Amino acid sequence: MQRTFLRFVLRRAVAAVVLVFVVASAALLLAQAAPGDYSARDFQRDPAALAAERHRLGLDRPFAEQYATWLRRVVTLDLGESFRYRRPVLALVRERAANTALLAAVALALATLAGVPAGLLTGSRRGGLLIAIVRALSAIFLSIPPLITSLLLLLVAARTGWFPIGGLDAPDPGTSWTDILAQAARHVALPALALALPFGALIERIQSQALREALARPLAIAALARGIPRRRVIAVHAWRLSLGPLLAVYSVIVGALFSGSFAVEIVSVWPGLGRLMIDAIVARDTYLVAGCAAAGALFIAIAVFLADVAHAAADPRLETVRS
Amino acid sequence: MNVTRGVGIGLLIAFGSIAVAAPLLTPYDPGRSFADYPYAPPMRPHVVANDGWHAPFVYPLRLVDRLERRYQEDRTVRMPLRWCHAGTLVRVDDGPSPWFLLGSDALGRDVLSRLALGARLSLGVSAAAAILTLLIGAAIGAGAAVLRGLADDLLMRTADLVIVLPTIYVVLALRSALPLVLSSIQVAIAMVAVLGLVGWPTVARGVRTIVSTEASQEYAEAARAAGASRWRILRRHLLPATRGFVLAQAGVLLPTFVLAEATLSFVGLGFPAPAPSWGAMLQDAASVRALLDAPWLLAPAFAIVATVLAVHLAITAPTEQEAGTGFRLVSH
Repeated sequence: MQRTFLRFVLRRAVAAVVLVFVVASAALLLAQAAPGDYSARDFQRDPAALAAERHRLGLDRPFAEQYATWLRRVVTLDLGESFRYRRPVLALVRERAANTALLAAVALALATLAGVPAGLLTGSRRGGLLIAIVRALSAIFLSIPPLITSLLLLLVAARTGWFPIGGLDAPDPGTSWTDILAQAARHVALPALALALPFGALIERIQSQALREALARPLAIAALARGIPRRRVIAVHAWRLSLGPLLAVYSVIVGALFSGSFAVEIVSVWPGLGRLMIDAIVARDTYLVAGCAAAGALFIAIAVFLADVAHAAADPRLETVRS
Repeated sequence: MNVTRGVGIGLLIAFGSIAVAAPLLTPYDPGRSFADYPYAPPMRPHVVANDGWHAPFVYPLRLVDRLERRYQEDRTVRMPLRWCHAGTLVRVDDGPSPWFLLGSDALGRDVLSRLALGARLSLGVSAAAAILTLLIGAAIGAGAAVLRGLADDLLMRTADLVIVLPTIYVVLALRSALPLVLSSIQVAIAMVAVLGLVGWPTVARGVRTIVSTEASQEYAEAARAAGASRWRILRRHLLPATRGFVLAQAGVLLPTFVLAEATLSFVGLGFPAPAPSWGAMLQDAASVRALLDAPWLLAPAFAIVATVLAVHLAITAPTEQEAGTGFRLVSH
């Protein structure tokens, strides 16, 4: 067991490294293939200064050579330097990726905390007004993508002043960490809620479906037939059975969450990876584009891995070496 | 066919018709800017005036304070709605003020007209991209199933790789390979191509599974025994078996792509400024100032939600048991 698990982890790690590398290379290649480069943003410069700038940035060399240099550095985890910020790409990406991870994690936690109980409620095969309301809400939220929930919440925030608008500023030096935490919590509220609403609805749907399927299994029917209360059958048996299908789609949810967080970041001015990548693309900051793409791929790889481990833990019948 | 499904399909047909017939339905050219009416509020039709009932009419708007953008209804004049007049379904005669049913934007352009024409761009691009994705996916999936062996492995590993990529980042990376400034037509073509390149793997996987399962069924063997060629069997017998799956996938892809278009245009990498795509219109609404002053600029958001909801109604209602297939559709 220990060994198969280790093999599974290793294989996943190798696959993740390959994925990240391929994505970063492809992004670099694509960004490079686009007409124009970073130096071209300044139209009024005289040609000599422009040439000097291009030489300084290494943009005058053939692409194969630039790529080779980049490759050599990547091995030592040096992703090059951003043209625009004049800082190492790795440091920039790490900062912003942490913000995106915070946003995604809070949103996922909120969505799970709301979605799972709601799904257990609606999947319990009972009727009633509450269940009808939850179902209707979920159907509505499922149809409102994060881009729009964040715009609507922005409107609410602007009208009521309930949440601060705009991203997270770097904390002043000397602020206590509790203050930093409180500030972060206040600022993450709007984007996290915007992201959590559709995903909470999605989780509700999956949980509801999974529980209904679990309740239709012979063991649940047998338990109900013996007169064990439905509540107890759900709490003890059916819920556990329904965990499998839910966790199986978690990896997909995390991927979608990550894509959704992009739109939310843009609307709510959250200083995350999405904003960074857009700016990098527009500025033709090629190494930064590649770095952001690599970070995105790494995120997905880690998230899928965690979801698979959780799935295997919840359902011992699953062979961890399955993929 | 149950009721929810009918409602969903009906709504989709209605949106499609609005997109096609947009110029006939809307009062103004979507690019026409009424300089004296920036951020004009929606003007609702009235039927009751001080002197009793009338056919539907609107009161003209007057800009009271240009700085504060305050408007006032001029209750002394009635502008009757003219139906099927001057080439559009409903409009008012050129009079004291234009008629903005859904308000106007910062440049004094009619939101309703832009919304309807935006349906063309947004729905058109998404529908074309969905069709392209289905074609690519079906071709690759069927190809993998028929060719088997190395080609199958190669194609499916590629699909696995593309599937785990963070969609929006891939779309952005692909978009970054193109010039930043493109004309509307170029943008439409580029978007369709990019979305097709990103979306095919799910379709290909499903089609491959279905085709290879069906290929071992008796009817396929019978066709083979009767001397039908591989491609004939594929075309006549196996591909039709994927119809249900492909339709369901169309329902998954369409909302995803509507949203992808909106997101790209929203961040400025999609349709350029004067084009009224829904994403580009939402960009006008994406500031606190605009949201407070002119919440009606969120109209495209409701159009997007309505489209997504219609698709959900059309596809998810009858297949609740097998809802597992539909879950990639949320939020890209």
